[in-house]
Amino acid sequence: MIQIAGLRKSFGGTPVLAGVDLAVGQGESLCVIGQSGTGKSVLLKCILGLTAPDGGQILWQGKPLDRRTRPAFLARFGMLFQGAALFDSLTVWQNVAFRLRQRMPDAQARAIAVEKLARVGLGPETADLMPAELSGGMAKRAGLARAIADDPAVIFFDEPTTGLDPIRARRINDLIRGIVTETGATAITITHDMDSVRAIGDRVALLQDGRIAWDGPVARMDQAPPLAGFLGHAVTQLPHKPAT
Amino acid sequence: MIPVRLTGRAALSLTRGIGAIALFVARGLFRLRPFHGRAFAAQLVQIGWLSLPVVGLTALFTGAALALQIHSGGARFQASDVVPAIVAIGMVRELGPVLGGLMVAARVASSIAAEIGTMKVTEQIDALVTLSTDPMRWLVTPRLWAAMLTVPALVAVGDIIGILGGWLIGTGSLGFNSAAYLANSRAYLESWDVVSGLLKGAVFGLIVATCGCWFGIHSGRGAAGVGRATKSAVVASAVGILAANFVLTGLFFE
Repeated sequence: MIQIAGLRKSFGGTPVLAGVDLAVGQGESLCVIGQSGTGKSVLLKCILGLTAPDGGQILWQGKPLDRRTRPAFLARFGMLFQGAALFDSLTVWQNVAFRLRQRMPDAQARAIAVEKLARVGLGPETADLMPAELSGGMAKRAGLARAIADDPAVIFFDEPTTGLDPIRARRINDLIRGIVTETGATAITITHDMDSVRAIGDRVALLQDGRIAWDGPVARMDQAPPLAGFLGHAVTQLPHKPAT
Repeated sequence: MIPVRLTGRAALSLTRGIGAIALFVARGLFRLRPFHGRAFAAQLVQIGWLSLPVVGLTALFTGAALALQIHSGGARFQASDVVPAIVAIGMVRELGPVLGGLMVAARVASSIAAEIGTMKVTEQIDALVTLSTDPMRWLVTPRLWAAMLTVPALVAVGDIIGILGGWLIGTGSLGFNSAAYLANSRAYLESWDVVSGLLKGAVFGLIVATCGCWFGIHSGRGAAGVGRATKSAVVASAVGILAANFVLTGLFFE
């Protein structure tokens, strides 16, 4: 569904992405891990069109993502930001229904927003609150409700558990897993939380030195030497599987 | 060679900056579809309605002080009677638009820069993109148009309140007859005085909103970045208003 081929990006002569090759199939849940500063967010921004890559291609359903095709991609896309990124000047339901309000009456959009809020475990009483009145965990849930409000085909999760305590992090992971399974959406999660990877992912890819250093099923990651630093324990060495 | 190179580099950088801001304004003003009516209405209230108290108070005290100054200065050459006419012309042509613009700059440029800057550092602008919404159309266009339309209205109200301030002092403590004061104010005022002041207001509104949006969108990271953006927006819009006032006054009255 999404294919990234030879993606390159440098800042001030320093390569951040040095030829990233990655593919995510329909309905698959891929987790991209990597240390801070390895270019995970740059990769995300290139896909969204917020940063122009220096080279390489991003394909969606076989077509290159460019200025002409990106609007159609974004129309089928939802994203949960690291800090939720809820709009401060809008209420929770207006945030969730942001895209819906552009094409349907407020009453109808609000009803859908309340339903999505319920899906992520937030009651109707939160609908009229302002984002500043929410706790960190509630804001993440509201952000998740916004990400799924328009039934997207692709959902990105950027560090979904950052800043949450282990209990709330587990709840968010369970919610994400449930939503991805339920909707059949393709999911790409940027994280360095290995609990998230185990809970959310079907596949995991390690971004290192600007390239995908390891790519394989989550079930095999305990035996992948390049992931040892993330797993925090020695791993049983298996033959290295090249990046796809 | 080095001074020549430095001058050339500075000139290129200045030209590039002016070009970038001109393109920014053009995109902000003319990329209207889809027009976000709700965002525009909210900005009419934020920029126009909520600036009314500060602009009104500024105009009231300025008109009153102007009447006292002209009365005391005019007495030196037996011209105290010109108070109503000078207050009216001074407020409508110059002080109404300039002080109104500066007060709006202090209140609005800072708040726009802080709001957009915070949206940038908290990824809300990226979120707009992922929600298929152009940040220029959602954030910039409504603010530019709202400021261009509401600042002239604020200037008009400020002109009236300023003249009223002069009238209060003129009739209350300088011994002017109320009807004569108002008649004199009207008699020396020409329609172009009023229209030129309103046109200045529109230009000042555009400067204020442009500075707020530009520095907000180009804000640096973190609280310090937003703080710098806010400060730059206020300073640039205040200097921009004073410079534009000089140019417009030359164009309108020379």
